[in-house]
Amino acid sequence: MSKLVNFFGQKVKVINLGIPSFAEDLRKQGVEVMHTEWRPPAGGNKKIQALLAKVEAWQSKVKAGKGAR
Amino acid sequence: MVVCHLIRKQTYFDSVTLMLIGSQVKKLDGIENAVVGMCTDYNIDSLKRLNMYQPEFDGLTPNDLIICIMGKDKATAENGIAEVEKRLKSRKQASGASAELPPATQEEAARRLPEANVVLISVPGEYAAREAMQALNNGRHVMLFSDNVSIEEELELKTLGVSKELLVMGPDCGTAIINGTPLAFANAVRSGDIGLVAASGTGLQEVTSTIHRLGCGISQAIGVGGRDLSEKIGGRMTIMATRALAADPATRVIVMISKPPAEKVLTPLFAEFKNIGKPVVVYFIGADPKMIEAQGFVAARNLEDAALQACRLSNKKQYNPEMTDSEIKKLADKVKLPAASLRGLYSGGTLCDEAQRLLQPAIGEIFSNTPVKGCKEMPDVYKSSGHCIIDLGDDNFTRGKAHPMIDPDYRAERVVQEFADPNVGVICFDVVLGYGSHPDMAGEMVGAIERGRKKSGRNPVLAACICGTEEDPQGWQQQKARLAEAGVSVFPTNVAMVKFVQHCLERK
Repeated sequence: MSKLVNFFGQKVKVINLGIPSFAEDLRKQGVEVMHTEWRPPAGGNKKIQALLAKVEAWQSKVKAGKGAR
Repeated sequence: MVVCHLIRKQTYFDSVTLMLIGSQVKKLDGIENAVVGMCTDYNIDSLKRLNMYQPEFDGLTPNDLIICIMGKDKATAENGIAEVEKRLKSRKQASGASAELPPATQEEAARRLPEANVVLISVPGEYAAREAMQALNNGRHVMLFSDNVSIEEELELKTLGVSKELLVMGPDCGTAIINGTPLAFANAVRSGDIGLVAASGTGLQEVTSTIHRLGCGISQAIGVGGRDLSEKIGGRMTIMATRALAADPATRVIVMISKPPAEKVLTPLFAEFKNIGKPVVVYFIGADPKMIEAQGFVAARNLEDAALQACRLSNKKQYNPEMTDSEIKKLADKVKLPAASLRGLYSGGTLCDEAQRLLQPAIGEIFSNTPVKGCKEMPDVYKSSGHCIIDLGDDNFTRGKAHPMIDPDYRAERVVQEFADPNVGVICFDVVLGYGSHPDMAGEMVGAIERGRKKSGRNPVLAACICGTEEDPQGWQQQKARLAEAGVSVFPTNVAMVKFVQHCLERK
């Protein structure tokens, strides 16, 4: 658990995807935050989204494989 | 009635912003209905149901914005559209505080803030797991506020999270305080040595706020999502978070809040707690405390008690509730109910649940839209009869509308409705403060109370509990003063308010 316990001592820095007021609240508290103007991927086209998901799954498998070497 | 509409192609806003604006514009004179939303299947269904669907909406995508207003005439409806546009423009200006254009994807955001260690996700559920997976693969902790994430996706995310020692808080996790930072709906509390793991949003808010008001503090408050202790998820995140708090030198006492875990999860969880070597306070909502005590842990009787026990263990001295039973009884002795029925109008689900559990043995038949054991299902959630304790944050009331902790409109309407019922003797409600919540919920409730009194000429007894701290953006004392001026009896915890209600009903 050392990795997670080490994190407990660190400053939280946030990427916010979705509701903008969550980022505004964090900013007001002096927390470093990057709000994203998120929108559904592939222009909302479900077929392209499904293809993208397959590519991403493949990419993460490749990445995991490289990490193991 | 005339329906006017405006389509903004490839213009995306989050659903909470759009629902709030739609709800505000609907209140304008002459406007019968307003649908402001992205072109999702749900919004299309709503438009069809309301007879507001237009042929021009065919072929639009979830990235296209629809503003559709039904008004008494064309000018009123068009004015409604202009109002929506004005409000959207000011929202955009408020969120785009920096001169630089905001990033459009998580990848781009990570390039601009590479040291980011948490990704807070509140995008529609169907896209949330994908974003969470990306965050975990890049070594970042996840707070998943989004709901409608499947349990299979949750299992996949949490399995990956555990393998990388990364938190997956959620899905449907509304509250967390990590390294002193309140995330989403959370309160401003002092740092301290009490660490919490919870599968309940308002439960976590109530306990952390009470701990703060009692003078103690929080090391971490980790939300795990309501399904973490289900058989399928197996308590993966609860176990990882508990192990980390056990190893964390800043944490001396651990508090666990959840509905009772699945049978198969209970044994490994208790085995885990036994290895901690720090005092553990357990509140399994609705479970028999003796079952917890038999295992050697401290069993809390309710949310307030969980806070009291945690403070006692943290400072090795006795802590008493902020309001004693005799103070509560004295207050109740001063009032006289004009009729016999109770109406509880809650925005916090766990608080609603707690009120039912505490009151049912004392006052008998209670109806709810989310009945606990011993209470009954409301035949019609929109019309109360007898004693009713209602969770207005439940799905019935939030389809197409923002949560009542953000949008007070339906609860305000319901207050007026309950005032008009000659059988109502007492109305009680919660006011949840903190980041994310409405900036002046007390003010909104007072407005509704005044309208209710004026319209009905009645004066039922009113009671409120305020979940929060003085350091919250709304200020505990300021909210209390606002309610007290309007004749509402105000309590620091839900438990104290419920005791007051019980006394009132017993001596009616």
